[in-house]
Amino acid sequence: MTETTETVLAVEGLTVIGRPSDVTIVGDVSLTVRRGEILGLVGESGSGKTTVGLALLAHRKRATEITGGRVEVAGQDLASLDGRGVRALRGRAVAYIPQSPASALNPALRLRVQLGEALHDGSLSPAQADARVREVLREVALPDDDTFLKRYPHQLSGGQQQRVAIAMAFVGRPDVIVMDEPTTGLDVTTQKHVLETVRRMTREYGTAGIYISHDMAVVAELADAVAVMYRGELVEHGPTGDVLSAPEHEYTRALLAAVPRMRTDAPEAERGDELLRVSGLAAGYGRTRVLEDIDLSVARGECTALVGESGSGKTTLSRTVAGLHRGAVGEVLFDGAPLPLHGRRRTAEQRRRIQYVFQNPYEALNPRKRVRDLILGPYRHLVGRPADPDLVVGRALERAALPASYADRFPEQLSGGERQRVCIARAVATGPDLLVCDEVTSALDVSVQAEIVALLRGLQDEGMALLFVTHNIALVSNIAQRVAVLERGRIVEYGPVGRVMSDPRHEYTRALLADTPDFAPEAGAAAE
Amino acid sequence: MTRLVAVRLLFGLLTLWAVSVAVFAATQALPGDAALMILGRDATEARVAALREQLNLNEPLTVQYAQWLQGVIQGDLGISYSNRSPVSEVLDGPIGASLTLMGLAALVATPVALAVGAFSALRRDRAFDHTASLGTLVTAAIPEFVVGILLILALGPGGLDLFPSVYSRNGGPEQWVLPVLTLAFAVTPPIVRMMRATMIEVLESEYVQQARLKGLDERTVLVRHALPNAIGPVAQVVALQLAWLAGGVVAVEFLFNFPGIGKVLMDAIENRDVPLVQAVVLLIAGVYILVNLAADVLGLAANPKVRVTR
Repeated sequence: MTETTETVLAVEGLTVIGRPSDVTIVGDVSLTVRRGEILGLVGESGSGKTTVGLALLAHRKRATEITGGRVEVAGQDLASLDGRGVRALRGRAVAYIPQSPASALNPALRLRVQLGEALHDGSLSPAQADARVREVLREVALPDDDTFLKRYPHQLSGGQQQRVAIAMAFVGRPDVIVMDEPTTGLDVTTQKHVLETVRRMTREYGTAGIYISHDMAVVAELADAVAVMYRGELVEHGPTGDVLSAPEHEYTRALLAAVPRMRTDAPEAERGDELLRVSGLAAGYGRTRVLEDIDLSVARGECTALVGESGSGKTTLSRTVAGLHRGAVGEVLFDGAPLPLHGRRRTAEQRRRIQYVFQNPYEALNPRKRVRDLILGPYRHLVGRPADPDLVVGRALERAALPASYADRFPEQLSGGERQRVCIARAVATGPDLLVCDEVTSALDVSVQAEIVALLRGLQDEGMALLFVTHNIALVSNIAQRVAVLERGRIVEYGPVGRVMSDPRHEYTRALLADTPDFAPEAGAAAE
Repeated sequence: MTRLVAVRLLFGLLTLWAVSVAVFAATQALPGDAALMILGRDATEARVAALREQLNLNEPLTVQYAQWLQGVIQGDLGISYSNRSPVSEVLDGPIGASLTLMGLAALVATPVALAVGAFSALRRDRAFDHTASLGTLVTAAIPEFVVGILLILALGPGGLDLFPSVYSRNGGPEQWVLPVLTLAFAVTPPIVRMMRATMIEVLESEYVQQARLKGLDERTVLVRHALPNAIGPVAQVVALQLAWLAGGVVAVEFLFNFPGIGKVLMDAIENRDVPLVQAVVLLIAGVYILVNLAADVLGLAANPKVRVTR
């Protein structure tokens, strides 16, 4: 990072407002990025970071307008370009890696078409373009043969799709690349590979990168400099090491504090009575076996975490415990009594005592019902008609740390974190003994995640047992007492969380721990 | 893919069989005695009995059905009661005329509807979109024979006098215009609305945004990225509408005195010409099923997830 390195991206006083409301979405943002450098653009949902990212490609979302400022990419002022100029710029001077490649890759087109069309300006002959596509595929460690190029996106895994998206962005050798949370939704192992690829590609190509994220841990590992956005404004901007070790703005400090730290020193807690015991459980979908030979136990007031990457069977296991999965065999004891595997064969009382919180709060709440009815639904069904409904709703909301006035709201009037709190309120309203939490934080910003985790820990202190499913190992070390590591449907490591974190015995656990971003801002560690 | 198509085909045949049972049962429920209808009121007992024997009317219903079904499978639709010639001969001309009418209506309506729908999506919330939306709503709310009457009033001899309002044997090609237009107006609105909704969804998808961010020109974005993903859902609606034509043609043919299967059906019902009614209804059902099958296959073919399995 020498002073002579050329600045390829300069943003000055960028302002974007919404139409027709005139709300300022992004106000007066200035940034510069040099070749081979990555800038982490951090902020929570709605802070305007994606709007800034898209403005770098001269793109604006529906009903927004760029009203001020200057964006210069590779010496060209974007405002001076007409439609043709913008098209020539995109893909060649500046490229975009989307958040979710599953929806950003066209399901109806083969990879060859989608990769090749990024080289649209005709400077390369078809043979050269084909060679270039294969070259870039090799660089992101994907196959470059005809069979692979003939594939459709749905024939790839999530990690492969993201690599294709990266290849698609780098194929035109852009000067600037905008990455919009490209690892959200990927498990740690895949995330690590993607981050390494991005790092290597920007260095090799001398590309300036903008990495948009809500996760400080990822940015700390990857970026040379960090810019923090809060409510449409840039509140902090500086080299990664400085920002991490000496954050100036309060919001930056909050963001840093929200990142779960890996703890390896958790003391082994005294175990209470056993509440749930699963033995010899196997489950699958049709003929495919997803779980094999599962033995697990959860004690009262204890949190047992299920960790593993996508497809390891952790959600299937949690659904089986909740009675939502058909096609499981094995033995489950709940509070000493045998529990039928299928929910239909469980009594209302058995169902009341195990409640489930879903991964995505945006899809788990009926949009046509008020919070009050959402909470009372399961209560009426499993407990009976309450004498004082307001009391039931009020108490549930209170346990989820929401004001009682929220009872009259509809889900769309709530933020993501508030929605997840409503889901939790709905689950605790019936007074369960065991709460099954299926990746309850993965759809939320890191700052909101921390609040939800604190809430769950509070419930646990009141005596509730948790079965906590996640792929975030750092989070596990903060909330769980015991952890079960799942790999391809089998539990490969199971024990007290302190022991597993400090002395992992299985190779897969060690790999998972190694892939988790190392986050220790106090040490002033910069990316490298 | 081949298996899916085969399964769909099998279900189509099954539906056709169910229709044949329903048609047979319904025609049996028609009041009146077929032999008596054919011979007239002053026929002698002996002649009626002889004819009943000849038409197998004395056999149990199941046997009559089996004989009829056997005939249908072999391509023999029976003898028309009213003019004593084979049903297939009676239907020969009308089928051609009706299929031509339906084909022309489909040929006019489908491309126009798709274009209007797609353009509405592109011009979302602007004047064109609002006009098209209002127009389709109004047209959809009016029954097709009223549309026909309005067209006659406006363009027929009573109005601008551009086209004849009644079909005649020695008329020119201009007499096709009003029937075709009427049918086209009837099938257009749902296709327009579905195309608009699907295109809006596709245009707002992330893969279309990604295509634009790659710097592709708008034409390529539309033709290569948006349209293939809109075909599947829209094909279903187009098929439903075109299949509706097979039945909708009846009222329109009656209105314009057009010599197609619709008119044959009306006459056949009036004359208690059971074999003819059965044949026409079965034919309409057949067209219905075939068009829907074609749409299913097109929808499957447009979806790589079905076409190419892991």
